[in-house]
Amino acid sequence: MTRPHDFGFDETAQILKDTARRLLQDHCAPEALHRLVAVSSEPARATEGVWDPSLWRKMVDLGWTAVAVPEHAGGFGMGLVAIAGLAEELGRAAVPSPLIATLCATYVAAACDSEAARQLLRRIASGLSVSLAGIDRRGSWEPEDTDVVVDEAGALQGTAWFVQDAGKVGALLVKAKSPRGVGLYLVEVDAPGVTMVPDAILDLTRDQAHVELRDVRDAQVLAEPGDGARVLVAAEPALLTIVAADMVGAAEWQLQTTAEYARTRVQFERPIGFFQAVKHPLVDMMVQIDAARSLVYDAACAFDHEPAAAEMCARMAKAAASDAAADVSGRSVQLHGGIGFTWECFIHIWFKRQKHNEVLFGDAAYQRARLADRLIGRIGETA
Amino acid sequence: MTTSAQSDSNEQAAFRAHCKAWLAGNLPPRPSFRLPLGPLEIATVEQLEYLCDWQKAAHAAGLVGCDYPREYGGGGLRDCQWIANHELKAAGAPFFPNIVGLGMAAPTIFHHGTEAQKRRLLPPLFSAEEIWCQGFSEPGAGSDLANVQAYAQRDGERWIVNGHKVWTTLAHFATWMILLCRTDRARKYEGMTYFVAPIRDGVGHGVAIRPLVKMTGELGFNEVFFEDYPIADDLRLDEPGRGWAVAMTTLLHERGAGPLVTPSSGGGVGDDGETTLGAAGLVELAKRSYRHGKPASDDPRLRDAIVQLLIRQRAFAQNERRAAVPALVDHPLRLPLQHKLTLSELLQDTARLACEIEGMAATLHQTDPNAPAGGRWPHAYMNSYGFTIAAGSNEVQRNILGERVLNLAKSK
Repeated sequence: MTRPHDFGFDETAQILKDTARRLLQDHCAPEALHRLVAVSSEPARATEGVWDPSLWRKMVDLGWTAVAVPEHAGGFGMGLVAIAGLAEELGRAAVPSPLIATLCATYVAAACDSEAARQLLRRIASGLSVSLAGIDRRGSWEPEDTDVVVDEAGALQGTAWFVQDAGKVGALLVKAKSPRGVGLYLVEVDAPGVTMVPDAILDLTRDQAHVELRDVRDAQVLAEPGDGARVLVAAEPALLTIVAADMVGAAEWQLQTTAEYARTRVQFERPIGFFQAVKHPLVDMMVQIDAARSLVYDAACAFDHEPAAAEMCARMAKAAASDAAADVSGRSVQLHGGIGFTWECFIHIWFKRQKHNEVLFGDAAYQRARLADRLIGRIGETA
Repeated sequence: MTTSAQSDSNEQAAFRAHCKAWLAGNLPPRPSFRLPLGPLEIATVEQLEYLCDWQKAAHAAGLVGCDYPREYGGGGLRDCQWIANHELKAAGAPFFPNIVGLGMAAPTIFHHGTEAQKRRLLPPLFSAEEIWCQGFSEPGAGSDLANVQAYAQRDGERWIVNGHKVWTTLAHFATWMILLCRTDRARKYEGMTYFVAPIRDGVGHGVAIRPLVKMTGELGFNEVFFEDYPIADDLRLDEPGRGWAVAMTTLLHERGAGPLVTPSSGGGVGDDGETTLGAAGLVELAKRSYRHGKPASDDPRLRDAIVQLLIRQRAFAQNERRAAVPALVDHPLRLPLQHKLTLSELLQDTARLACEIEGMAATLHQTDPNAPAGGRWPHAYMNSYGFTIAAGSNEVQRNILGERVLNLAKSK
């Protein structure tokens, strides 16, 4: 299958991206975001997950939960290339919202083959927010790893860990094991037996929880036991690409903000950007961001047009974006100097979002290890 | 890797089909002698003649200078050269030898030359009947190129040149040189003038060419001395004092940003980083190399390093792809100005890693029968410094990117 030279980034994708940029500039500018999420530096706030539900309603009204939902389920059925453009803007604004989590859940639901999954997609298109509950206590996202089981009575038991934006969503897409294998289940957050235990986290722009499930009986089966791993493998490239796009957008904000500081901050009678010890690291940040950004659109385009290459491209994009996010974050603080180390400077908000996304769904070294198995061969089987 | 025919216009689709058909039946037979790795390493007359014959044939078939007007020896097409470059590479064709001519002189002449200059100079440039070299760098004008001291003194309808140029690739084979001279010592940037100099005719008449030996031990570039060398005024490009502006056109092309400033750019030297880099070859190399008695491909650190390079290689190609999508570009020069920086560092790091993978075998010179991959990698590693230094060292590239794209204060 051939892939379009322009990644398939069409006019509709452009409109979605531009609209997102404008809305978030108006309603989630850095000053407003700082007032919202960084109003207090007390550690207790780490579990609160401050956000702006009225902005979320605007996002839903604009159809952003529907963009990735296939047309047959009442969505717009846009390609991942368009979704990546949207995710870039969410990262650039570092907006707290359940949209990234919901977009990820959308791709998992779309890879399921059941009427319940199609019904879920219709609800997402109408504004339901959903998060994946598929990581175990050790932080593993591997398809077979989960601490939730389906007991003999068909009830879910156990704990799902590291659930993103759990305090904002209406439902959970739970990975659970039974003797027949891994299946996927839809659980409403207010269902009997569901207890959210918020984690105290560093990132101010999201919340995270572990979710205890005790005798949860009325879960809907989205993917039958034994079919869950296939679904997760199929959706994973989209998830990696979306998170990588968020990081690339955030990194671009970090670059531009730091460059602006280097243009205006004067020391030794010159703007500090004059000095090559500041100028060259800024250029290296830009080069890293551009590489990651190109790989994000490459991965999105592969997911849309060349499924056989989707996993490889997505892992490359996530690896490059994670490394770029790490390096750009560090330099954004360092190059801001003394002010960059303070709570009042906005930089730390993006720094923390990046550190969170860096490890979500596997960090750069993990992605490269998986790529090595694929491109070089497994250790012991290469020669 | 990524280029597809899906978005071709009708003209492009027809041209692509023509390229494929012609290349299928007209690749030159393999020579009996060893071909150099690239145009910068052409050392012998037989290598040069073989490659010039090939460029001439490809030009006659319409694969060189495709986007230039027909009256200048071009193909009169629009946005087709990249297709020819892609198909040439896909067919495994040899490279074109007139690299300075195609990549730098042609767009500069097209942009700044008179009608007569374009008609005279461009057709034999495309057909490789006249080889070009570049007279920019001097012993005292490297990163600070605007410090050129070679002086051209006006003398009626001609100019008299005295000076010393270095790093002059292909000068020993060249008919022509693009030549940047000082014509006003009182002004730095406004005191330069740009010429096209018929240096072959000047040898023995004010021009002396001496080979420089590179750190690899190879020839390939030169130093050129001018002593009271006369150049006719009608071989001046653009106005006196405009030399720096003309040189910027040349440098934008040399650094890979050309297509942006001159729509009908380049020809034949297209490179999305894949064949030249051979990063994919690292995997095979690692499977054949041993560390502590085990395949190097089982060493976790080397595996990670190889994958990092494969990612950078793909990112480079995808940058090229994205640069052509206006909606996904923030600043028009941002990706083009990175081209030379990222490609040269990728080449260098690839070669360096390959040497590390080879281990003790990386000590063997190209001429040693036991050298893996024909001794290519240690050689490529040394040669890679030519790329990270040439066309404005990468330190200068970072200044340019910081100043032109990020608007940081100028470091001068």
